[in-house]
Amino acid sequence: MVQFSQENLAKVEEIIARYPEGRQKSALMPLLHLAQEQWGWLSAETMDYVAGLLKLEPIEVYEVATFYTMYNLKPVGKHVFEVCHTGPCMLRGSDDILAYIKEKLGIGVGETTADGLFTLKTAECLGACGYAPMMQMGKYYKEHLTKEKIDRIIEECRTQAAANN
Amino acid sequence: MGRKLLLEKAHVEGIRYYDVYRREGGYRSVEKALKSMTPDEVTEEVKKSGLRGRGGAGFPTGMKWSFLAKPEGVPRYLVVNADESEPGTFKDRYLMEFIPHILIEGIITSSYALGANSAYIYIRGEYAWIPDILEQAIAEAKNNGWLGKNILGTGYNLEVYVQRGGGAYICGEETALIESLEGKRGNPRIKPPFPAVKGLWDCPTVVNNVETIAAVVPIINNGGDDYAKIGVGRSTGTKLMSACGNINKPGVYEIDMTISVEEFIFSDEYCGGIANGKRLKACIPGGSSVPILPANLLLKTAKGEQRMMHYEGLSDGGFATGSMMGSGGFIVLDEDQCIVKHTYTLARFYRHESCGQCSPCREGTGWMEKILWRLENGQGKLSDIDLLVDIQSKIEGNTICPLGDAAAWPVAAAIRHFRDEFEWHVNNPKECLQRNYGLAHYADPIHVPTPA
Repeated sequence: MVQFSQENLAKVEEIIARYPEGRQKSALMPLLHLAQEQWGWLSAETMDYVAGLLKLEPIEVYEVATFYTMYNLKPVGKHVFEVCHTGPCMLRGSDDILAYIKEKLGIGVGETTADGLFTLKTAECLGACGYAPMMQMGKYYKEHLTKEKIDRIIEECRTQAAANN
Repeated sequence: MGRKLLLEKAHVEGIRYYDVYRREGGYRSVEKALKSMTPDEVTEEVKKSGLRGRGGAGFPTGMKWSFLAKPEGVPRYLVVNADESEPGTFKDRYLMEFIPHILIEGIITSSYALGANSAYIYIRGEYAWIPDILEQAIAEAKNNGWLGKNILGTGYNLEVYVQRGGGAYICGEETALIESLEGKRGNPRIKPPFPAVKGLWDCPTVVNNVETIAAVVPIINNGGDDYAKIGVGRSTGTKLMSACGNINKPGVYEIDMTISVEEFIFSDEYCGGIANGKRLKACIPGGSSVPILPANLLLKTAKGEQRMMHYEGLSDGGFATGSMMGSGGFIVLDEDQCIVKHTYTLARFYRHESCGQCSPCREGTGWMEKILWRLENGQGKLSDIDLLVDIQSKIEGNTICPLGDAAAWPVAAAIRHFRDEFEWHVNNPKECLQRNYGLAHYADPIHVPTPA
């Protein structure tokens, strides 16, 4: 059965308290973010669990989870590269960065490497136009990307994965 | 060098933290407002300042505040719009990341004016590390008595919360933002009722951009009249510009709206000129939604005068020959850039971000993206260009929220000013895959008819 960690359950309490009595639906998006942090993606079971915590109908959770692009509705790799390719990043060479990552990882956009380590996605404007080309990687941005920088990032992820095995 | 109000202390070491921010004069506006002014007096100063909403629409902030309904016994809310998602715009991120306390200070002073006891900062979900910075600033402010119950012994209470979005541009529209904050899909509401009457949880609500709220701090510190003295005409105060694209010094700049566009692009104080010694081809001066201008119309108005970096200057000539200040997202294209391709990426963006509620936007953005893809890839027909003009005209003005207009305008402006580049793509389907149209005549002096 799906259940938040003790630490996250305490956070759930704290989040619900941010809104007036009876307005706990406002906690839905923060809770989905929290769930995604814990499980990496949102399964139907996870969404039903969140619905129960907030006393919502499951459909109220599904309709939100499917509207916002940040929620993963299927499993993703350990590291997700979300490369921005909107106008300002395109002007600074995001096409080349994207092509390089595809070649280097041997996957296309929307795919995950066989070892489950990397998922590649494209993203629309992430608000880092002055630091382009860039991508989101988990919680943080990787900016002023070059091929060398991509090499380093991938290397670090692999080293880290090897160390954890 | 122009006057700086928001970024004046940006380079002070440690300004992100309370002690340094306070030492540098932070939170004076809260002391002044709560101890010596009534809420209406605070609003009056904001009205006097002439401050206009910095999110893009440019609506007078003081007036927006004065529309707030104040029924007895009903809570009122301030919601800060930190959903910065307009391509080319990254100024609010800079403020929140490096000077978070100026936002918190502005929230306290503004909430006091509005009579709000809870304020929410709705920040785009992708700025995932910034809520930690804001929450730390909120905790510091609270520990020092600027938030919580009975602030400065005045009996005024305020709590500030941070809410993360989920990656939807549409939530920058204030009613979609409210829907999202209520835990729903970001579908904009039909107005009226306006949020000032029926906003968050059906209560009176003011939604203001991050930069707008930060600007309240210098307005209260120095007075609305002082703020109104900076700038030109109805473009008062300072504006944050986020400059990007093919320039030497991309970044966030504070301008006092008295400089020319030429100075902004070419002076070392700002963008530092076009990168790699290239020539300027075009620019979108106020975020992706506003009309793109070719170099000649960007630097000079159709009357042949220098174009200035303020609301009126950038919109001089209307949509025929001008653009807009918008959110201040300044996107510069050099001579090697393809207007068709750039417009395609923006059309793709709007198709991706359309909430799908209104048919003209949901369907129209998809069609525009597909047609622009064809043109960019040498598969277009000449009639496609007019088809695009037709589609965008049927989106504009026919949707619940301004996303429809925002999607229509960039396409209309690109064809208005760069039609020959689109035609070249059709007439040279193979060549357009090999090279770009280049600078062509887009920087040539404009012909200004002289009166007889």
